[in-house]
Amino acid sequence: MVSTQRSWPHDRIPVEPRGCDTFGLPDDRRLDVAEQVPLVDYLVLGDEPHLQANECTACGARFFDRRNACASCGKTEFTKAAIATEGVLRSFTIVAFAAPGIPVPFVAGIIDCDGTQVRANVVDVEPDPEHVTLGMKLKLTTFPIGEDSAGTEAIGFGFAPLEAN
Amino acid sequence: MASDDIWILGITMTKFGKRPEDDVVDLAAEAALGALADGGVTIQEMGVLAAGNLMGAAAGIGQQLQKQIGQTGIPVYNVANACATGATALRTAIMAVKAGECDMGLAVGVEKLSGAGLLSGGSRKEDADTWTPKGRYGAVAGLDGRVGTEIMPGVFAQVGMEYGYEHGGATFELFARISEKNHSHSTLNPLAAYSKAMTLEQIMGDIMIAYPNTRPMCSANCDGAAAAVVVSDAKLKTLDPDQRRRAVKVSASVLTSDPWDEGCQQLPNVNTLTRRAAVQAYEQAGVAPEDLDLVELHDCFATAELVHYDNLQLCAPGEAVPFFESGATWRTGSTPVNVSGGLESKGHPIAATGIANIWEVCHHLRGEAGDRQIEGAKVGLAHVIGLGSACGVHILEKAA
Ligand SMILES: [Zn+2]
Repeated sequence: MVSTQRSWPHDRIPVEPRGCDTFGLPDDRRLDVAEQVPLVDYLVLGDEPHLQANECTACGARFFDRRNACASCGKTEFTKAAIATEGVLRSFTIVAFAAPGIPVPFVAGIIDCDGTQVRANVVDVEPDPEHVTLGMKLKLTTFPIGEDSAGTEAIGFGFAPLEAN
Repeated sequence: MASDDIWILGITMTKFGKRPEDDVVDLAAEAALGALADGGVTIQEMGVLAAGNLMGAAAGIGQQLQKQIGQTGIPVYNVANACATGATALRTAIMAVKAGECDMGLAVGVEKLSGAGLLSGGSRKEDADTWTPKGRYGAVAGLDGRVGTEIMPGVFAQVGMEYGYEHGGATFELFARISEKNHSHSTLNPLAAYSKAMTLEQIMGDIMIAYPNTRPMCSANCDGAAAAVVVSDAKLKTLDPDQRRRAVKVSASVLTSDPWDEGCQQLPNVNTLTRRAAVQAYEQAGVAPEDLDLVELHDCFATAELVHYDNLQLCAPGEAVPFFESGATWRTGSTPVNVSGGLESKGHPIAATGIANIWEVCHHLRGEAGDRQIEGAKVGLAHVIGLGSACGVHILEKAA
């Protein structure tokens, strides 16, 4: 269980930045800002949060997971590629039945971010087919999903209607 | 001289539905013994056994079955390939016969799924005490429901909606009408798990699982098994005229996996591998889509059936919506699809499905389908998708 009580982890030092700018701040400021971790490795926090793919240097195929090799061409060199933070809703479903502990209804979708497909929830929108429509323009947004027992805050992401931003 | 054609000599499916008195082996044995009897052969004549039971994939259903119906010492292949498990078992037996290792083989698929619920694939553990990155995405917490959905009704809902994004017309009502068709078809199938017609209003008004799929638009979890005996052309020629007359030719047997393309690791692409399998199958069989008298395709959800009209080239590219709206896929139409009731109504005991759909086609080609017989059926196609993905396509032809 994630504790809702916050206790500052004096003895915890982040092992690696993991793309999270908060870790790079001076010590005096760190006492004022909750330590944050992204929900997934491919979410880059900081002033301009964005998603980041492993891009095959040989064929340009993009992947969000840790790679052994490229599923498109088989080569093994990758570079980090920033994904566009705006996109178009290519597909969606409104999930009304889910595993225990998952709040429903929620909107799951595929967002075409300038040619790269991204899986994410569509957030800040009424979860019904009148408000969620194919082709709608969306923008990446981040939000806290909770604190762990050490007071570290995890940051999740979703895509919200562009008009609302 | 014998050709390298392969024939279905005997084939059976059990009654699908709740089978509380029967365990997995009982169901597998019922189907296997049924298929052997249907083909007029015995387990002693089988040179290979391929068997699948996805939920118990580690338990070796093939050997468990042998211990009930005949431990003859033949090679056994226990196969698992998601919802394509049954088709994979059949294809394994076909490959062994084609390779000349034996002249007859038995394939079995069996599943007990009654009461399994609708949520296969969906899971999210309680969050841990501390946010610790885990797995290939370095996730500090469960992703199901936070980064899209893992449940199958939701995944396949998006498959159908994506088709709508590309080609238009994919409304909630359209998908519900596909389900209405399959539920109507199953009223003529005494082996179906559900054989009650449902009105469009009932389907649209039922419990929403993952928009636009309501409960009756999802495949029905149930118990069941199916089995087939395959035989080489040379061996078939030595058998009785009655066995030869009822034999059904396997004109194409194809299995594909999912080639990489952009987005396929975000939303499974069930289209490209199905297209490829269909192209290969039509070429192998020397058959064109318009030659098909009936099609059993993998309607695991109403949203999936639509895209496979296009993938199997039953319609012009992008034209699945008007194709369905024309009535073509009703049993009275030009290309009847899922006259068995499909997975939505006949039921979907996962590993049985890939042989049960071939049983349905064979039943019509033999002219033995009773009330639901498609008159004069000579050529049929059976298709399954196992998410991950694997696609099996078989084309079957009536004995000349
Ligand atoms: Zn590559």
